[in-house]
Parts: sequence; C-alpha cells; structure tokens
Amino acid sequence: MTPKRKQRLLFVTLIVIGIGAAVALALSAFQENLLYFYTPSQVAGGEAPKGRAFRVGGLVETGSVKRESDGLTVHFTVTDTAKSIPITYKGILPDLFREGQGIVAMGRLDANNQFVADEVLAKHDENYMPPEVGDALKKAGMDAMHIKPGQKP
Amino acid sequence: MWTFFHKLASPKYFYDISGRLLPWFGAATLLLMLAGLYQGLLVAPADYQQGESYRIMFIHVPAAWMSMFVYMVMAGAGIIGLVWKIKLADVVAASCAPLGASFTFLALVTGSLWGKPMWGAWWVWDARLTSELILLFLYLGYIALQSAIDDTRTAARASTVLALVGVVNIPIIHYSVVWWNTLHQGATVTKMGAPSIATSMLIPLLLMALAFKVYFFTVVLLRARNEVLKRESGSGWVKDVLMH
Repeated sequence: MTPKRKQRLLFVTLIVIGIGAAVALALSAFQENLLYFYTPSQVAGGEAPKGRAFRVGGLVETGSVKRESDGLTVHFTVTDTAKSIPITYKGILPDLFREGQGIVAMGRLDANNQFVADEVLAKHDENYMPPEVGDALKKAGMDAMHIKPGQKP
Repeated sequence: MWTFFHKLASPKYFYDISGRLLPWFGAATLLLMLAGLYQGLLVAPADYQQGESYRIMFIHVPAAWMSMFVYMVMAGAGIIGLVWKIKLADVVAASCAPLGASFTFLALVTGSLWGKPMWGAWWVWDARLTSELILLFLYLGYIALQSAIDDTRTAARASTVLALVGVVNIPIIHYSVVWWNTLHQGATVTKMGAPSIATSMLIPLLLMALAFKVYFFTVVLLRARNEVLKRESGSGWVKDVLMH
C-alpha cells in the first residue's frame, strides 16, 4: 500500500472508532432514558420516575385478570417472576393480551402504589412454532411463554 | 486473483461481465421469491401465538436484514472508493443508497402493519424502531448529499464520510433488543444457539432472505451499469455500446 492510501485508510479507521466511542459514551449516559419500559423489580426498587408517566413491562400473572361489571375496566398484576405490580386499565386490550403473556403498560403510580394504565401493548416473544408444538410444550410443562428467572420478559 | 479484481474495476469489463450475469441473477430472484412465497404463505403452519398474522415476517425480516446489509455494502464500497480511488466502487456505493432506503422503508411499513394487530400500536418509540428510522434518514441524507454535489468525485468523498458516520448505527440496530428493554421482540434467527423458530417456518424465511439478497444484486448491477454509462459517456467503448 502506498503511504497516501495508508493515510486515507487511517483516516477512515479513525472516523469509525471516533464516532463509535462518542456514540457509546452518549448512549451509556442516556442509558435509562432509552429504556422503553421498567420491570416490576425496577419499580419496586424505586428506579421508576415518581409523579410522571412511565411504562412497566412484564408477564400477566396467571389467575390475576379480573374484569369489572362495566366490561371495560380490567385489573391484573404484571410480574417479572421476582416482583409483581397491580395494574388497573380501562379500555380495549390488544388481541394477544392473555394470562402468561408479556405486556407493556403506559401509565403512572397512584397514591397506594397501584399502577393506573392509559395504554396496554402486547409484547410477543421471539419463539415461532405451529400451535400443536406450542400445546405439546405446554403439556410437558415447558411453556414457551414463561421466562426463566433473571431473563428479560 | 488480483488481476481479476483489477480487470473488474475497469468500467468496460464490468459492463460486459455484469451484462452476462444479469439474466441469471434475475431468474434466480424470480425462482427464489416464488419458492419462498409459496412455502411461506401456503406450506408453513400458523403460529401458536400470532396465528396467520406472523406471515408478514417473510417480508419484514428479510427487508430489515437487507436494510443493514445494503448499508454495509454501501459503506464498504465507499471506503474502497475513498482509499484506493477506484471509480467503480463509487458507482456501486451510489447505486446502493436508493435500494437500501427502499428496504428500510419496507421494513418500517411492514413492521407497522404487523405492530397494530399484535402489539396494539402502529408505532412505538422503542430503541429498535427508532434506530431503524435513523437508518432511513441516513440513507436519505446520503442520497441528498450525492445529488447536491455535481462533481462525482467530491460527491463520493462527502457521502462516504456521511456513510462512515452512520456505520455506528448498524450494531445499535442489531443489539438494540439486547441492550435495552424494547417492545420489539429479541432475535429469533441471528443469535447464539439454535434459532427459536420451527424448521417449517425457518425454511421460507431463509428462502425469502436469499431472494431479497439476489434481488438486491440484480438491481444494484442494473443501476451501476446505467451509472457507468453516464459517467463514462465520453469514452470510446460507451459509444460502441450505444451504437449496437
């Protein structure tokens, strides 16, 4: 390689490394602002913002979904298998909403630590399989929708 | 080996050999696309959770993969053009940009159409979606910069620097679902360990990914050939081509 080319290649490498380092520093500084949602453990640990709206994400606890007689208000708890948080929501739930399903709720904590949601979004996992396989796994007690402790929902 | 590359870098030789390759690439695109769509829409089973709606993945996922792949090709060709001053590399880089922008746009639109029934929202500002949107803006900026500068060598130099700055976004897109809590799912195929997708669904996905890749090579060759003719319009061999 000629010195001229070496110099230009060095220039290219320096740009990529320089920008990479700058962005890495910026992203780590904004780390918590880039979180799309907080887990129930983070909320219990006081990491979630108080007095303003935020999102909480986790699995809908099995057996926790209760509907009020008006047909719109739903109470359920969301868990990350370590901690759980009770949520109240009034509105139409997405099709994928069911017990054991990962969801993300937008809202705020009220005075008695109840999370009041204005929006509930369903989060699906990265597993794709035919319904028969899903049923077979569920029977074998290896429900694909259930996460192992420590894993992100 | 090197002599082949040196020959390939000559616009005339590139024009000849790409002309001979094109029909094959076109035919392979058509075959792979048909096989992938048939497997994906008719043969693959419904998903245990998402039912039939998941089938949009056979467009969405290859388009999203291509949006990143094309960017790396574009930046790589740009670097080769910048460091080794190979004109053909500049042509390839410039030809990549509109294709990459189209793939990114397709990934965003199909993702939005998939998001509404599954998540319950057309768009959310999570790390994956936002970084993919930034990729679209990078492509658009690149295209704007290319067309704003008349001199092709200056245009290539300026837009390559922009492309280099944007390279940092590619690993961010890929790892966004790992580094941050996102509404978007984690990686199904491109992760360590076995893909968490049934083989009957993986086959059409890979077929479509291959079809998109060959399609990209087909169209980028077509675009590059046009661009070569335009940039070399003063030379004798172009006049020969145009006479025949």
